[in-house]
Amino acid sequence: MKKYLSFFRLKFSMGLQYRAAALAGVITQFAWGAMKILMFCAFYKEDPSAFPMSLEATVNYVWLEQSTIALFMAWLMENEIFESIVSGNVAYELCRPINIYDMWFVRSMGNRYAKALLRCFPILFIAVCMPSPYGLTLPNNLEVWGLFSISMVMSSMVMIALCMIVYMSCFYTISSTGIRMIAMGVFEFFQGSIIPIPFFPEEMARVMEFLPFGSLQNVPFRIYSGDIKGMQILESMGVQLFWIVVLIIIGKFMCARAMRKICVQGG
Amino acid sequence: MKTSGFKVYGRYFMIQLKSKMQYKASFFCGMLGQFLVGFNVFLGIFFMFQRFHSIEGFKYEEILLCFGIFLMAFSIAESLGRGFDTFSGIVRNGEFDRVMVRPRNEILQVLGSRIEFSKVGRLVQAIIILVYAIAKSEIEWDFGKAIILVGMITGGTVIFAGIFLIYAALCFYTLEGLEFINIFTDGAREFGQYPLSIYGKRIMQFCTFVIPYALVQYYPLLYLLDRGKAWYGVLPFVTHLFILPCYVFWKIGVKHYQSNGS
Repeated sequence: MKKYLSFFRLKFSMGLQYRAAALAGVITQFAWGAMKILMFCAFYKEDPSAFPMSLEATVNYVWLEQSTIALFMAWLMENEIFESIVSGNVAYELCRPINIYDMWFVRSMGNRYAKALLRCFPILFIAVCMPSPYGLTLPNNLEVWGLFSISMVMSSMVMIALCMIVYMSCFYTISSTGIRMIAMGVFEFFQGSIIPIPFFPEEMARVMEFLPFGSLQNVPFRIYSGDIKGMQILESMGVQLFWIVVLIIIGKFMCARAMRKICVQGG
Repeated sequence: MKTSGFKVYGRYFMIQLKSKMQYKASFFCGMLGQFLVGFNVFLGIFFMFQRFHSIEGFKYEEILLCFGIFLMAFSIAESLGRGFDTFSGIVRNGEFDRVMVRPRNEILQVLGSRIEFSKVGRLVQAIIILVYAIAKSEIEWDFGKAIILVGMITGGTVIFAGIFLIYAALCFYTLEGLEFINIFTDGAREFGQYPLSIYGKRIMQFCTFVIPYALVQYYPLLYLLDRGKAWYGVLPFVTHLFILPCYVFWKIGVKHYQSNGS
């Protein structure tokens, strides 16, 4: 356990090093969020009755999404892992007395958490200060904060478990760019980063909520602004837990199979 | 005798194509991926319009036309100009020295150094959307409007190319890619799907006077839809001048370049 903790710490403190990159990220994400909110506001002005969430919830969704983008974006996969698989350096990792799946899992976690922590506060702070319809509002209920935090951790675990499956499939295809691009396209659409899931037609939205991608940012962000409430919260979090378990099992299985027939590239 | 610039570019093109074709599966997956990522934006518009019937007076078909034109302009600029994307690397490792000693235009060489074929996925998609939108639109096309449409595409390409150029020129000073420039390339592509007027007055002012996106998008679009003044049709052609200050900026950057790396 201790060794995995130190892998986490290592990646975490490395992620905290790139402050200039984080600043650039903050500016980009802030501009991105502002434009997205202006777009939703334009649609809201057109026909408020057609809005599936309250405007406030939608605005909060966008700000939360932009500030914690490091947790949920598929393009933030670990280059190191892909490279080690493609170049054959993974052989060194295999010599270590550790489980490679677990190690990569905690490393990804450390990296994503560090990046998200570094970026989220400036964005959230400015977002809170924005004038009324455009600003982030804070829930005044401790229970919501608690459930939001727990759900946030769970959804980041779903994300990493999904990425692990992508890494593992790289053992079979050798080249990573193609799979990565496709994964990016699929993740982005189904987790609701183009438009939030409630904006899709009703039946489709319901199906999307039960896909593994629906257990990503969709759940915590909607708990935060009260779009999911009461028993529904427990239900959604149950689905999240289900996917964490299932995806980790799939990933570990793929990992074990890959290890059995692994053929290391290069010399 | 000096071979023409086009011919040199053609050679670069063939070499790059051949090298990419060595990894066929990856190449096609990449293209599919590009297509999917771009397609998401279209799906976003599609599903939004399942719920809403218009935005700021623009109907679904009109939004698609706007989106198709802008995406087309972006993908052309991107397929040609992504050499500038990795430009910070070229400057940092001193590779630009090699570019400078060759008796050829620097821009041509940088452009030729990396041609992104996978972006063709996006280009194909832009063509499909544009054709569909033109067929669906209720515009009565005549020669003048067709020319303006082409002007909107080339004008947009010129704007994006200009921004790529500025991005590259900045690398001479910072040695580091500046991520926030993405707002003006990828961001503009993403949000240029809708006519810029929906984002409000401030954004419109910026997109008219600072980086003239609106001159190739919102104003001529109004003209095509017979809602704008006649002189709106001229704007996309004026926009082509945007490349001049960008070019000057690049030239200053090249002058400033001090070799580094080993």
